[in-house]
Amino acid sequence: MGIQPELRLQMYETMLRIRRFEEETAALFAAGDLPGFVHLSIGQEAVPTGICAALDPADTITATHRGHGHILAKGADMGRMMAELMGKRTGYCAGKGGSMHISSLDLGVLGANGILGAGQPIAVGAALSARLLGEERISVTFFGEGASAQGGVHEAMNLAAVWKLPVVFVAEINGWAELSPYSDHVSVPSLVDRAAGYGIDAASVDGTDVEAVLDGAREAVERCRSGEGPVLLEARTQRWHGHFEGDRQLYRPEGEVAALPELYDPLVLQSDRLLELGIASEAELDAIERRVAEEVAEAVLFGRNSPESAPEDALLHVYSTDGRGGAA
Amino acid sequence: MARKLSFLLAINEAMHQEMARDESVIVLGEDIAGGAGGSAGNDEAWGGALGATQGLKTKYPNRVLDTPISESAFIGAAVGAAAAGMRPIAELMFVDFMGVCFDQIYNQAAKFRYMFGGNAVTPVVIRTMYGAGLRAASQHSQTLYPLFAHIPGLKVVIPSNPYDAKGLLIQAIRDNDPIVFFEHKALYELEGEVPEESYTIPFGEANIVREGSDVTIVAVGRMVQQSLIAAETLAAEGISVEIVDPRTISPLDEDTIYESVENTGRLVIVDEAHPRCSFASDVGALVAQNAFHALTAPIRMVTAPHSPVPFSPSLEDLFVPSPEKIAAAVRGVMNAKAGARR
Repeated sequence: MGIQPELRLQMYETMLRIRRFEEETAALFAAGDLPGFVHLSIGQEAVPTGICAALDPADTITATHRGHGHILAKGADMGRMMAELMGKRTGYCAGKGGSMHISSLDLGVLGANGILGAGQPIAVGAALSARLLGEERISVTFFGEGASAQGGVHEAMNLAAVWKLPVVFVAEINGWAELSPYSDHVSVPSLVDRAAGYGIDAASVDGTDVEAVLDGAREAVERCRSGEGPVLLEARTQRWHGHFEGDRQLYRPEGEVAALPELYDPLVLQSDRLLELGIASEAELDAIERRVAEEVAEAVLFGRNSPESAPEDALLHVYSTDGRGGAA
Repeated sequence: MARKLSFLLAINEAMHQEMARDESVIVLGEDIAGGAGGSAGNDEAWGGALGATQGLKTKYPNRVLDTPISESAFIGAAVGAAAAGMRPIAELMFVDFMGVCFDQIYNQAAKFRYMFGGNAVTPVVIRTMYGAGLRAASQHSQTLYPLFAHIPGLKVVIPSNPYDAKGLLIQAIRDNDPIVFFEHKALYELEGEVPEESYTIPFGEANIVREGSDVTIVAVGRMVQQSLIAAETLAAEGISVEIVDPRTISPLDEDTIYESVENTGRLVIVDEAHPRCSFASDVGALVAQNAFHALTAPIRMVTAPHSPVPFSPSLEDLFVPSPEKIAAAVRGVMNAKAGARR
């Protein structure tokens, strides 16, 4: 199946939205305007964008601590995301989740997770519920090479394989497990090599090329929907920023980080393609750039102007009732 | 004469009735069907480690899932399925196995609702066996409910008799929050009156198991039964014991405990868990803070010691609070004076 011109352009815009949102997030954090821990996915935009472009709205995802891109690509509103990062009442989690825990059940986001390897069993459960309820939806779960060493990932792959559940395990390989290189944590050249151990299909795609990701995702999704069981899709990408904002990445070889934009920019790759194929003109891309800049500015404004959480919110939503148990 | 049922069959009946009532109720766990994943041999050959899930697989083949030995995956899958429209009952065979899946319980299930701003419900029940007495040694005998009660977002249920087991389990299945449901191994054979029809017992409502006027005993699970034996002995000595069974320790019905202590002036807490940072110490602290004026004697705790559960039968018998130890503690508070040294 080819990729429609509109979708090619739309994916470019989605990646740009993720990039500009996260650049603004980095700036706000550096200025001391954002509390807490922030993990950015700049350089990795093609992965969530290409994956989510292959999904239906009803399909669910579990995201990671580096999850802004996953959630934006699944259709999140930038203003409510920025409000959540600021801990405001209007955020996706009413300010109680923050950057690492943004969720929206309406969008099929079963939580960004601060615990590595925790999202995968949850995704298996979402797929199980789809099967039992007779729904077509599939379940996608993002993780990286760091989480790939967690028991939960292995257990979830085995269980999904044994039960032939529609789960796409997306291994977003950005070269780093927190502060350590891939090879310090993973003993095989590619996570695809592990798939045989679970008896599942696997493929590896260039995670800098959004169209390669989309192609791989479409194949994986198709397989899942037709009931053939889980798939592992590895996307090799690059992390431009540190593990967390404030991480100076002194562990990386000198010059490596500076060279990344020149070598691996998913946005440049896609914009060059759009221009070359005549799908968009420079002027049209500029218009997208302006639109996204405006969206980001509005999101920041929305966040800043949103009310702070009130003290009485602190004990709200610990339980679904007063704690004494409510019937369904 | 009402029908009698064992604790085990009361739990089994609760699951049967709820699965019949609500198609979103599913059951998953290790060896809960045939013990061979249901794909070989007799689906009903096993039915859970002690048979609590007998008969479910045959009746609901698609909704009873025999899992790999993979607690992190299937407890997590239960949590994920709960967040995505099901009402799973996951069987964690022994609570001692929480160590290999606790993240899914305390970081995931317990926090979804709060962390996601009230937008998620996670109606999952984790049924689990606890307690000493089966010579099962250190890793299959523990009483770990205090660890769960410490976590906001979880509800912790500990039935002490067949009637409560059925009503509390049905309530748990219908509840929208994550529940950890503790079943004491030594109670499964206990018989009691259990109505055939479906019924619920609300959480956070203590049961006064025995009324009395001299000493209040607060106990849960098997310790309620041990306390009843002690109370009989003490009654013969002229000591009147009131036994309060909170039934759920999170939420906890504090008011009924305070009211009882106001009437008796003396409190003994009986708990099979270790004594530090426990249910017993929690109740002791609450009463000391909120009903101190009513106390005429120091609060006493009868608990297991701060040691792993020993295998040796003679040592294990010493480990579990016995009716004799409970009776001795009650006699102790009857003779003690508030403010007096121990």
